[in-house]
Amino acid sequence: MLRIEGLTAEIDGKQILKGINLEVPTGEVHAIMGPNGSGKSTLSYVLSGREGYEITGGSATFNGVDILAMEPEERAAAGLFLAFQYPVELPGVGNANFLRTALNSIRKAKGEPEVDAMAFLKMARAKLKTLQMSDDMLKRNVNVGFSGGEKKRNEVLQMALLEPSLAILDETDSGLDIDALKIVSEGVNAMRGPNFSALVITHYQRLLDYITPDRVHVLMGGRIVKSGGPELALELEAEGYAKVAA
Amino acid sequence: MPAVAETLETVQAASDGGYKWGFETDIAMEFAPKGLNEDIVRFISAKKNEPEWLLEWRLKAYRLWLTMEEPDWAAVNYPKIDYQDAYYYAAPTTKAAPKSLDEVDPELLRTYEKLGIPVREQERLQGIAVDMVFDSVSVATTFKERLHKEGIIFCSISEAVQEHPELVKQYLGSVVPPGDNYFACLNSAVFTDGSFVYIPKGVRCPMELSTYFRINAKSTGQFERTLIVADAGSHVSYLEGCTAPMRDENQMHAAVVELVLMDDATIKYSTVQNWYPGDAEGKGGIYNFVTKRAACRGARSKVSWTQVETGSAITWKYPSCMLLGDDSVGEFYSVAITNNHQQADTGTKMWHVGKNTKSTIVSKGISAGRGQNTYRGLVKISPKATGARNFTQCDSLLIGDQCGAHTVPYIENRCVSAKVEHEATTSRIAEDQLFYCRSRGLSQEEAVGLIVNGFCREVLKELPMEFAVEAQKLLAISLEGSVG
Repeated sequence: MLRIEGLTAEIDGKQILKGINLEVPTGEVHAIMGPNGSGKSTLSYVLSGREGYEITGGSATFNGVDILAMEPEERAAAGLFLAFQYPVELPGVGNANFLRTALNSIRKAKGEPEVDAMAFLKMARAKLKTLQMSDDMLKRNVNVGFSGGEKKRNEVLQMALLEPSLAILDETDSGLDIDALKIVSEGVNAMRGPNFSALVITHYQRLLDYITPDRVHVLMGGRIVKSGGPELALELEAEGYAKVAA
Repeated sequence: MPAVAETLETVQAASDGGYKWGFETDIAMEFAPKGLNEDIVRFISAKKNEPEWLLEWRLKAYRLWLTMEEPDWAAVNYPKIDYQDAYYYAAPTTKAAPKSLDEVDPELLRTYEKLGIPVREQERLQGIAVDMVFDSVSVATTFKERLHKEGIIFCSISEAVQEHPELVKQYLGSVVPPGDNYFACLNSAVFTDGSFVYIPKGVRCPMELSTYFRINAKSTGQFERTLIVADAGSHVSYLEGCTAPMRDENQMHAAVVELVLMDDATIKYSTVQNWYPGDAEGKGGIYNFVTKRAACRGARSKVSWTQVETGSAITWKYPSCMLLGDDSVGEFYSVAITNNHQQADTGTKMWHVGKNTKSTIVSKGISAGRGQNTYRGLVKISPKATGARNFTQCDSLLIGDQCGAHTVPYIENRCVSAKVEHEATTSRIAEDQLFYCRSRGLSQEEAVGLIVNGFCREVLKELPMEFAVEAQKLLAISLEGSVG
């Protein structure tokens, strides 16, 4: 269970998060919606440990453990995964090598045996098949020359391989055409189960047609201003943020 | 930028703790008296039982050297070298030259085993013939008989002087004449050992040839000389590795490598240079002043230099190609890392003389700590080199804000039909790249290693398989200090 209480954070002296309260029980998928500049990406970065954000108050725990005190890699080992809004390019680094290094780092941290290249390839190919992606994905350099859709698919592939217990998807739907959106959504849905929870951050209701959330929260001005069931997303789409939040 | 600050700390923490090759072998040694004069030159020549012509050649070089001045155009700073304060000959004491590995001092073999150099032929999975040079002498060469069957000569240069004087006399100094430069001239006077390779016409060398250089003795300079002759239509891949103990003093290494290629010959020359770089404060380390040059005399001959330079306090090295034969090809692939107080001034010279000659230069410089990294290159195209082509790519990667990267390309084109391209980039390891890797579970060190290896990929893929793996690990160690 992810529990955020009174979380405040600033960047360059400017307060972005102004007291976030949120609970995502294990096994549930929650959506966070909000207009530009409401603090959605900041929340995802603060939770995954990006440098440059100063946490000025509150707490965030995952299964009772304070995640804000951890290094990003420790959070990954604890089961946290951030699907980036803008996945980063790593020139010269092969995707297969990157993924296997990541997987083994996490396994090592958990005290599990490392996976050799052959076993990894087998695992990766199986995941690619279920995600309807080409094996080519593994041969290319990490995100280099990928289209926007391919980058997002690569994030989903990483998530499928690393098997996190909490995934934060930061506007994973942005820049996706409808087919890619379906593939990405199916990837997330395939992960759903009693031990997986997710925080889906999005502008639009569209994604939620494919990933039905258990709860929807509206983030505005650095606070959660309203929470509800999946129908809240439809309401937002129809009426706009300003009206719903008022 | 805290993430970068952390990288900096990680990188700066790299000190002698990370140099795993810094041990010293305790073995009885024989030295020439300290210092340099004609008697020392005679001493070395006598030790090697050399013919008169070679002694004369050395003495001529020595007298010429006395008239020369140490070059100061490179972007490296170091205190004035006292050439009288070093030993020019140091060799493990042995009664007679060992005839087989069984006769080699086991302590020496253990040293090479400790360095990860597989010595015993039967223990090798893949055939790589190794020549082991310990301070001033070659201690053993493996797979000699197997190579002999193909007509290939692979032995120490001292042995070549005895066994194949006609070849040595014909080619020694023919690519790098003694007067070429200060350090090459010094080497010509006092070179002690090195490797000699001759590949006969049409022979494709069935295994990789390799020389492993080890400086062990204190206050000793290493001056090795390597000569490779690839006759028409032959092919050889040659590897070179080097390490030294950790010492507070600076030690000098001034080598000369000459490659000769006839029609349709190919030489692939790979180096992983890992001389002791000095400690985190810049104390100690090897001064590496090396002259390497290939003469592509034959038509369609091809030479490829690949170097991974991670060690040495100072690197001064420009493996070059003289593209004399029509349609000959020269390639230079380089990775140079400078960390802490290391300084590297390295690059290449591509001299196009023949028609339709081609050259490719790919240089990757990585600077961290207070390291200074300079690419210096010359592409020279003669008026007759019609249709000549060059492509140069120089990329620099900076880690931290106290290091430097410099690119000094010279282009001299005297031929209208030639085509010369130059690309250069300078970049930093971006914070978002590090965060991306770390959010996937990689530690800061793993992330830096991965990104740097990615940056160098175009060069590393040119290395033979076994070397590529070693080089990748070495890059990580050079930058991180602690990861093994």
